[in-house]
Amino acid sequence: MATDWTLGMTTTVVLGVGMHPWGKWGRNFVEYGVHAAREALRDAGIGWRDVQFVSGADTVRNGYPGYVAGATFARALGWTGARVASSYAACASGATAMEAARTRILAGLCDVALVVGADTTPKGFLAPSSGDRPDDPDWLRFRLLGATNPTYFALAARRRMDLHGATEVDFARVKVKNARHGLANPNARYAKAVTEDEVLASPMVADPLRLLEICATSDGGAAVVLASADFARRHTTRAVRVAAISTVTPTYPNTIIELPDFATDSSAASPPPERSFKQSITDGAYAEAGVGPEDLSLAEVYDLSSALELDWYEDIGLCKPGEAERLLNDGDTTIGGRVPVNPSGGLACFGEAVPAQAIAQVCEVTWQLRGQATGRQVEGATVGVTANQGLFGHGSSVLLVR
Amino acid sequence: MTTATRVPAVEGWFTMDFDRPALIGQRCGTCGTYTFPATAFACPNPDCDGSELDRVELSRTGTVWSYTDARYQPPPPYVVPGDEHEPFAIAAVELAGEGLVVMGQVVPGVSVDDLAVGDEVELVLDTLFVEGDTEHVVWKWRPTGRSA
Ligand SMILES: [Zn+2]
Repeated sequence: MATDWTLGMTTTVVLGVGMHPWGKWGRNFVEYGVHAAREALRDAGIGWRDVQFVSGADTVRNGYPGYVAGATFARALGWTGARVASSYAACASGATAMEAARTRILAGLCDVALVVGADTTPKGFLAPSSGDRPDDPDWLRFRLLGATNPTYFALAARRRMDLHGATEVDFARVKVKNARHGLANPNARYAKAVTEDEVLASPMVADPLRLLEICATSDGGAAVVLASADFARRHTTRAVRVAAISTVTPTYPNTIIELPDFATDSSAASPPPERSFKQSITDGAYAEAGVGPEDLSLAEVYDLSSALELDWYEDIGLCKPGEAERLLNDGDTTIGGRVPVNPSGGLACFGEAVPAQAIAQVCEVTWQLRGQATGRQVEGATVGVTANQGLFGHGSSVLLVR
Repeated sequence: MTTATRVPAVEGWFTMDFDRPALIGQRCGTCGTYTFPATAFACPNPDCDGSELDRVELSRTGTVWSYTDARYQPPPPYVVPGDEHEPFAIAAVELAGEGLVVMGQVVPGVSVDDLAVGDEVELVLDTLFVEGDTEHVVWKWRPTGRSA
């Protein structure tokens, strides 16, 4: 298919993508970021000196080098005088960093930008940083409630069972599907098939969610080279276009309990918005791109838990509320089905490397749209969307087309 | 053995009334919306420019919006109240009058098997942990046996 350049001035192009494999490598996050950046530059067919803007997605776990990720990666790759920015938006940091790069390109201030995110993570539950911080809700929820991240995933899962009759078997099947999808993905941390019985035999962590249904934390790095349409035209013939990036915040009152909050907004004085926060995330992307969920070839969604993936089916518009279990059980969201979800294997196979994850979603969709997703290819893919929700009100969705 | 001194595990989030405790929120004097905890600096309603937020006691009962439990010991700053971790339930509870859903631990002895969405619960005060001779107190939800 010939590349459509008609969007001209209003489009940016994914020129290159690269990743450092996810795992529990225990090394410095900068190493993963540099590896991913070099892979993305090689994939783009350009040199580091061609990059005019470096957009880093922050990690807050790694001290100052993590807080100033843009500069950290620029320095590690060798100072060139390129402009930098660093973004923090929790799990959505990568999309926010991409948005910074895209807007700079669209403003005509540069032609080529490199977006990088990488993380190295401790073992076990994500815990708050140490020291007493009674003014920090993230510290207080551990202190007063003993509420871990899975606590919140489980509240959503239980609610889904109550509202829509989802079962533990449905949740387990999401994991089975994603584990199968990720088997051939060289960047995935877990490449191991699991059965429904194995999922259901794994220990309960936060009822109704079991160990194999909750995403782990991982080390990893991902990078994307974005370019103006003008620059891309001279450098590639297989352009994947960024049709939209949505970094929406919630609309008051947000009446769904969100990690790490103690309470929702109040609906006493104003009714909840017609579209929930999670629904509004891809709504924003569809509106900007002028496409709808019916146009999707695939989606990469943030399956922090198996149950949460089912919520996403509805929130991104693949089906009506209450129909996600049917979609899953009919095979619609499996590779080969109507609209495969998480062909990469998702967080189920990767675990979460917070600042890299939203960028990794974009890497996968890019490979899918180019037909390069060996062993997990969605045939004839033309439109793909990513969706994730970062803590503290950060929506994140990138819509890519070829 | 000395009697423990009871202190709230967090200042200003609930009344220390052991018979009829209440969470303390804010109510906007202009539009009537609520917040919990009472930490807003201005009314969070985007269509309201109110800044007079009155501290008010919230409804003492609500209905279970959803629930789960902590099978494994949560990491610090959570403090295990006894010798070893005992799984406990956590509920998100809808306060109809205020249009808020508020999280809380469920009292010991109540497991997820005893809970259902829509069950009525009431607010109680209970031990979060004991440190020396100081008992740190927190709010918890206790089923009333009724359901909505
Ligand atoms: Zn107000």
